[in-house]
Amino acid sequence: MPDATGLELIAQELRDADADAVLETLHFRDKATIIVEPEKVGWVLERLRGKGFSFLASVHGVDYYPEEPRLGVHYELLDMENVDRLTVKLRVHTEAPEVPSVTHDWPTADHQEREIYDMFGVEFTGHPDLRRILMPEDYEGFPQRRDFPVGGEPILFTYNDASGTDYTQ
Amino acid sequence: MIRQKAGAPATGRPSDFRVQQLKARDMLRGDVEGAELEKYVEERVLTTTLDKAVRWAQSNALFPATFGLACCAIEMMSIVGGRVDVARFGFEAFRASPRQADLLILSGRISIKMAPIVRRIYDQMLEPKWAIAMGACSSSMGVFNNYAIVPADKFMPVDVHVPGCPPRPEALMHGILKLRKMIQADPDMGWRERYAATGTEEIVDTDGTAQDSADNVYREPTK
Repeated sequence: MPDATGLELIAQELRDADADAVLETLHFRDKATIIVEPEKVGWVLERLRGKGFSFLASVHGVDYYPEEPRLGVHYELLDMENVDRLTVKLRVHTEAPEVPSVTHDWPTADHQEREIYDMFGVEFTGHPDLRRILMPEDYEGFPQRRDFPVGGEPILFTYNDASGTDYTQ
Repeated sequence: MIRQKAGAPATGRPSDFRVQQLKARDMLRGDVEGAELEKYVEERVLTTTLDKAVRWAQSNALFPATFGLACCAIEMMSIVGGRVDVARFGFEAFRASPRQADLLILSGRISIKMAPIVRRIYDQMLEPKWAIAMGACSSSMGVFNNYAIVPADKFMPVDVHVPGCPPRPEALMHGILKLRKMIQADPDMGWRERYAATGTEEIVDTDGTAQDSADNVYREPTK
């Protein structure tokens, strides 16, 4: 992990190249994080690739409900030569959850972005094939959002018979 | 001295067998007549109804489809192993094609994306067919009672539910034996009507004559 100083150096380098790209840095429990402007994520990742972080280990979706902006996307980068990790995060509102896709530069992001779209409804603009990957294609809603009902069914036990929950009839 | 198993009927003795053999020869010659002939026939003919005989045959040779869904499938596989050995009752022949199977064991959780596929496998099986929902997930969704899982009752008729998470192989065997008893007693089981689940076999429309109104017509996708 870059230590707190190393993180600031990386962030400063990015800021020098583009003043708007980096919003914030975070060094928490020895884990370095750069929080970026959603529009600039592709550029930031390419920049970090040039600094040795050449492996995109994973892409995650997060729902920060009730904080705003609610939705987040995390990119975990790995520098395999120096065994160094760096997290790039961004946040978007649920009203316009649009994030530029990084699939063209990092092919591994293809399925992971589809999964985030499936579960959280983040729309990755420029993704070659953005459709649901786990849920049926006609499914409505994004089940991993915090405000999505957990769901479930009344169970067909005998003692539920009287309550009229027997859906087989 | 002739050794004899305790409780065996007296006719089991070799000497009696010799007597019967001679009697059978006499009968074939036409030497046995009248009351003696009547008694002879009465002793040797077992009468039953055709239905009963068919049910007896069906219930003692259920062929399950080779179809595993989740962790329960591991327990399902072990019922054909040496310890439980369901082959004793005639259920060991797991068939690789649903067309040859008459028992569908839903061994695991069924997601709403998987449900149409499971239903199609059930439709592809030929009548008479039965289904066992094995484990908590396919009966009541178990710990996965959330947005992704659907209970088997919702999309197909289930004859026996085997509880457990997962059920032990003995439990599944017990379920199969229950089903066997149910087939012998009442093959329709009331479920088919309740689900309107008769005539669900898939029809393959090879010559284009199947009616559009039929439910389960499979057509080659047009290119």
